[in-house]
Amino acid sequence: MIELPAPDRSVLARREEILAALRTLLPPGARGEGVIGDPIRLKPYETDGLSAYRQPPLAVVLPETTEQVAAVLRYCHANRIRIVPRGAGTSLSGGALPLEDGVVIGMMRMNRILEVDYADRLAVVQAGVTNIGITQAVAADGFFYAPDPSSQLACMIGGNVMMNSGGAHCLKYGVTANNLLGLTFVTIEGEVIQLGGGHLDAAGYDWLGLITGSEGQLGIVTEVTVRILRAAEGARAMLGAFRSNEVAGQVVDAIIASGIIPVALEFMDRPAIHACEAFANAGYPLDAEAMLIIEVEGNLEEQDFLLGQLKEICARFDPISLRVAETAEESLAIWKGRKGAFGAVGRISPDYLCMDGTIPTGELPHVLRRMGEMSEAYGLKVANIFHAGDGNLHPLIMFDANDPVSFGKAEAFGADILKLCVEVGGCLTGEHGVGVEKRDLMPVQFLPHELAQQRRIKSAFDPLWLLNPAKVFPLEGNPAFAPQAVA
Amino acid sequence: MNGVMVPADEAGVVEAVRQAVADHAPLAVEGNGTKRGMLRPVQAARGLSTSGLRGITLYKPAEMVLAARAGTPIPEIEAALAEHGQMLIGEPPDFSALFGTSLPATLGGIVATNLTGPRRIASSGAVRDQVLGVRAVTGHAELVRSGGRVHKDVTGLDLRKLLAGSHGTLGVLTEITLKVLPRPGGALTLAVAVETLEQAVAALSAGLGSPFGVSGAAVLPDGEPALGLHGPTALLRLEDVAEFLPHRSAALRGVLAGFGGVTLLEGEASGMLWRAVRDARLLLGGTAGTEEAVWRLSVRPKAGPGVAAALRAAFQARLLLDWGGGLVWVAGPATAAAHEAVVWAAQAAGGTFTLFRAPDSLRASVAVLPEEPAPLAAIGARVKAAMDPGGVLNPGRMRAGG
Repeated sequence: MIELPAPDRSVLARREEILAALRTLLPPGARGEGVIGDPIRLKPYETDGLSAYRQPPLAVVLPETTEQVAAVLRYCHANRIRIVPRGAGTSLSGGALPLEDGVVIGMMRMNRILEVDYADRLAVVQAGVTNIGITQAVAADGFFYAPDPSSQLACMIGGNVMMNSGGAHCLKYGVTANNLLGLTFVTIEGEVIQLGGGHLDAAGYDWLGLITGSEGQLGIVTEVTVRILRAAEGARAMLGAFRSNEVAGQVVDAIIASGIIPVALEFMDRPAIHACEAFANAGYPLDAEAMLIIEVEGNLEEQDFLLGQLKEICARFDPISLRVAETAEESLAIWKGRKGAFGAVGRISPDYLCMDGTIPTGELPHVLRRMGEMSEAYGLKVANIFHAGDGNLHPLIMFDANDPVSFGKAEAFGADILKLCVEVGGCLTGEHGVGVEKRDLMPVQFLPHELAQQRRIKSAFDPLWLLNPAKVFPLEGNPAFAPQAVA
Repeated sequence: MNGVMVPADEAGVVEAVRQAVADHAPLAVEGNGTKRGMLRPVQAARGLSTSGLRGITLYKPAEMVLAARAGTPIPEIEAALAEHGQMLIGEPPDFSALFGTSLPATLGGIVATNLTGPRRIASSGAVRDQVLGVRAVTGHAELVRSGGRVHKDVTGLDLRKLLAGSHGTLGVLTEITLKVLPRPGGALTLAVAVETLEQAVAALSAGLGSPFGVSGAAVLPDGEPALGLHGPTALLRLEDVAEFLPHRSAALRGVLAGFGGVTLLEGEASGMLWRAVRDARLLLGGTAGTEEAVWRLSVRPKAGPGVAAALRAAFQARLLLDWGGGLVWVAGPATAAAHEAVVWAAQAAGGTFTLFRAPDSLRASVAVLPEEPAPLAAIGARVKAAMDPGGVLNPGRMRAGG
């Protein structure tokens, strides 16, 4: 149960007038209507990747240009109408959950790649281009866009910017913020501002850095200039199976201490190994308590050299088995189970919550042990699949959404895990964002005056709190409204 | 200015800011003051130095994390990292030659200015990307934290990014946690003799667009005769596992062969060269005086040669290009006319500029950073008021009246 703000009755009462006004700003075009008001057609927009929460919006607009986004914002600002931006709706934290009195701005029609420049190693794309779409546009020439969230087939670059998304390869290539050069940004007043461009670093304040990861609190991004990188000559994976989570955690430490930075270092615990193996038949070791997937890059000789060293390190920790891919196909087989992990857990449990805290990697054994105890206490299974090199956990808590008691327990279990992450020196969210899901946990990580400081920055961009309100910041102290319970 | 306060702890910084707010007496905030000559002169009643906040507070080599108090000198941190075969990713520059100072830069100063060395061009990003967490005292005289000590943290608005590069105008950094990395086993440089800056930047682009891991890409417009490099020279650095370098070097040489003769520099010759690029010492050409102005422009790499040509046409310019050709260092006469030429060149190239060093008379009278469009300037003023409502932190440092 999450509280949403009471809708503004005067806005609800003006619904038809608002729809009519929006239609004059976004008239129907070649790609269909620009404004959706029909309740049945609003249905697909009522939730995002966190499907436990649902709320149909007042209207959905589907702009095709930056100017249209600016016009909608100008109108909504003048008429005090709340805004919820939406990319592909893959947020796992409810970042795109609509408001009853809010207009959803869907960016999916802004899906053009505007420029690719290999000499300057950049691409200019509209916000609705998918993450994989950027890499696909440059892959034939040997380039790629580095951040690769699991949802990369669907998620859009605008949403990646708003969440500062990561992925399995950020250990080497960094998160979204590292890979941005510029943004076209529309303020709540409808002013269009170009931040950065093809050059590195800002001379004044780092607006680009502040806006990245701001979850739609500060404005709307319509175009993005990303860095593209030349892909390595090749990559290959190995798999190590170990007798306990503690031992696998020690292996991670030993690898980093050796000076080798693998391009990916993924950890799976016993429940995750079993779920993935049942789903993908990847040949995972079912007798292991923990498994690591380690990937290196380079030409064949370099891969052999690094994998040889990694094998030696793993061998010091009494592994149950070690499997080094000899070919690209064998590498794909090792990744197959991991890539299908969320689907695999979906097969053994009707529903699951995917948590996203980060911890210092040294705390891994302790946190996994505590999580096991919580799992028993709550009577809910949990599978762990995560980016071990950077400590970003993804515990999947399995529950039954048709059973309110089960859902309540899953939410409480998830909150306990995130509190534990903060307790050991980590944070609530490594890459999924706070959204609506973790909004009320913000006081676990921040002191009241620290939250107040963040609110003041929000107010500097959005004085009326019209942009994606009821997300990120707890409702208490939110100047925009008094709370009201919504199931 | 009536003296400089040097608090020994965070509580002392909070108290100094509280007093400044109460007295309406602005503070000139700095670490060791090594970059005092950057941007505009600060008009302040008192100085507040973080140089008393010293020491490494956390170092976990196996987690690639180091935290230190803001006043900790960079060499002290680098020495601690070297003991474990690790390094600061951002290659923080040492501008003591540029500014004619003798003290080392502090961690707080490097983060507050977000100054990154040649490795900026690699995928590891700018100093601000390596900042995992900060503790800072705002103009509300409150200690706030943003981020922490883990590698991925997107919780809440990213005040780390806002504070990094804000030159002490939004908060006084007191402690910073950084991502660090193992030092590569080997490094070498390929120097390509080219005829024009256009060719030099094309050579850098070819190298950076290759899969061999180029981690430094600079242009010496007039070479470096002391190292046997004559005329325009493109420099490309490889850093990786030592065993990989012979193959990579040969493969990269193949990529560069069409651009000109290639010279291999290894060991200390290579290391020294990149430190000289990093510190912009190659720009100074032996003149230690600080009467000349120095600007730093950042543009798209392809635009670098055009900017260089425009500046050379406008005044007696000495140049150094880094970051694949996109970072243009230029030294020239400290005149308003030369400054106008820089402003125009950066704008024409769609990039940005900083008046990096100049006599007070010039840096107090011109815009040392590009003007922001009105809607952004309005947001900037509100953000400044949100962080420092009394306007006591480094007033005028970045912009007149701000």
